Amino acid sequence: MEHTLGLLQLGQRVLLPGTSATSRDLTAETHMLSQPELHTKVRVRNLDFFYGERQALFHVTLTIRANTVTAFIGPSGCGKSTLLRCLNRLNDLVDGATVKGRIELDGTDINGAGVDVNSLRKRVGMVFQKSNPFPKSIFENVAYGPRLHGFRNKRTLDELVQASLEGAGLWDEVKDRLTHSALGLSGGQQQRLCIARALAVQPDVILMDEPCSALDPIATAKIEELVFALKDKYTVVMVTHNMQQAARVSDQCGFFLMGELIEFGDTKSIFTTPQDKRTEDYITGRFG
Amino acid sequence: MQRHFDQELAQLKEQLLRMGSVVEQQIQRSMQALVDRDSDLAQTVVEHDRDVNSLDVDIDDTCIRLLALQQPTARDLRFITTAMKISSELERMGDLADNIAQRALELNVEPQLKPYIDIPRMAHWTMRMVQECLNAFVNSDPRLARKVCGDDDFVDDLNEQLFRELLSFMLENPKTITRAIRLTFVAKSLERIADHATNIAELVVYMVEGKNIRHIAPSVSF
Repeated sequence: MEHTLGLLQLGQRVLLPGTSATSRDLTAETHMLSQPELHTKVRVRNLDFFYGERQALFHVTLTIRANTVTAFIGPSGCGKSTLLRCLNRLNDLVDGATVKGRIELDGTDINGAGVDVNSLRKRVGMVFQKSNPFPKSIFENVAYGPRLHGFRNKRTLDELVQASLEGAGLWDEVKDRLTHSALGLSGGQQQRLCIARALAVQPDVILMDEPCSALDPIATAKIEELVFALKDKYTVVMVTHNMQQAARVSDQCGFFLMGELIEFGDTKSIFTTPQDKRTEDYITGRFG
Repeated sequence: MQRHFDQELAQLKEQLLRMGSVVEQQIQRSMQALVDRDSDLAQTVVEHDRDVNSLDVDIDDTCIRLLALQQPTARDLRFITTAMKISSELERMGDLADNIAQRALELNVEPQLKPYIDIPRMAHWTMRMVQECLNAFVNSDPRLARKVCGDDDFVDDLNEQLFRELLSFMLENPKTITRAIRLTFVAKSLERIADHATNIAELVVYMVEGKNIRHIAPSVSF
């Protein structure tokens, strides 16, 4: 019974804007007014990261505000994906990986003792470059995460799956074939299914590692629209090689080069008046 | 890394400079037509205005093509958007030179109202501003651009001074009104050309520094 109650609240959170109890009560208008006071969601301080002996990130410091889209750009091997994977400790799975410095999620050190990695990854979901649906039905793909977390009530699971698919902009396309295999979906639909799967476990932050690199322009446009909509409820951090995409969808943008964060700031400034010559040279295509 | 895009940007810059030199020549000729009472030259200026217009259209086309195909960012983006605006400013200057030439055609068929002293002086300063704003653009020189912005006040003062003088002619002898008003139009055109040069100078500051100084009081921007 307790579970059912929890699930209903969970389902509600998917459907309503805002992630806190207070913001849920706000009207759309006051919600907009509160935007300038966005609080810090992720804070990275002096982060060094090593793959064995090789250092991949050098003293990275940045702050990501809640309910924004942050894009990391830079040439291949610059460390942007490494940083992304640090944010939900996916690099823990890499042999010889060492992290120094501090990453805070809502003020808590995610590498601190007593932090449960599974709970962290539930709060910080991830969507990968290549869509990776499970060889199961569309419904089961989305319900898989919540089930793992102990949710069994069918009605609530149905609601959650629907809310997640709606949140990922996929519901109207798949509502009549939820029992069909997810592998029958198009590339763009599979990627949105992966986003729905990430949403189903009610994350705070969604990490996206080049989510559109394998998609055609129409599927890419859909994902971009989705990313734009997702920031009402979530904080999105994405890595992209497509600079125009970073310019279109992100609020903040960080440029990385050889493991260093060269410049971090609001996207408009980065793309019109970058402060560092290296950023300018990269985004204007003079190198990289 | 030398990009093909760089060559296209260089060509765009060349197009703008060509337009700048045509406009400079138009202004200079329109004044010469007035001072030397040379109506043939004035007619040439009127006919050449279409050249300026067609250069404006060409530059716009180039800019739109580069924006669509190259999706420029940072200084490339600032350069192209500035080029589009500079082209419009030059086109307006060309129209004003055409206006001066048309006034010259009208004035040349009547006796000269007075020796032209202040109008050529005003034209000298205005043309200097035009040359300097274009030099600031070519050399990406925000210091020179800011100087041009400062010079505009001087041209404004000359315009005001000329207006007062011509007003005194009109008050003294109503028969001079038509010619005096035509001369005030000429002075006003020069004053407007100087304003367009100032606009170009402000655009150059934005292009180089990414800092917008337009529509800001001088005490704040300098």
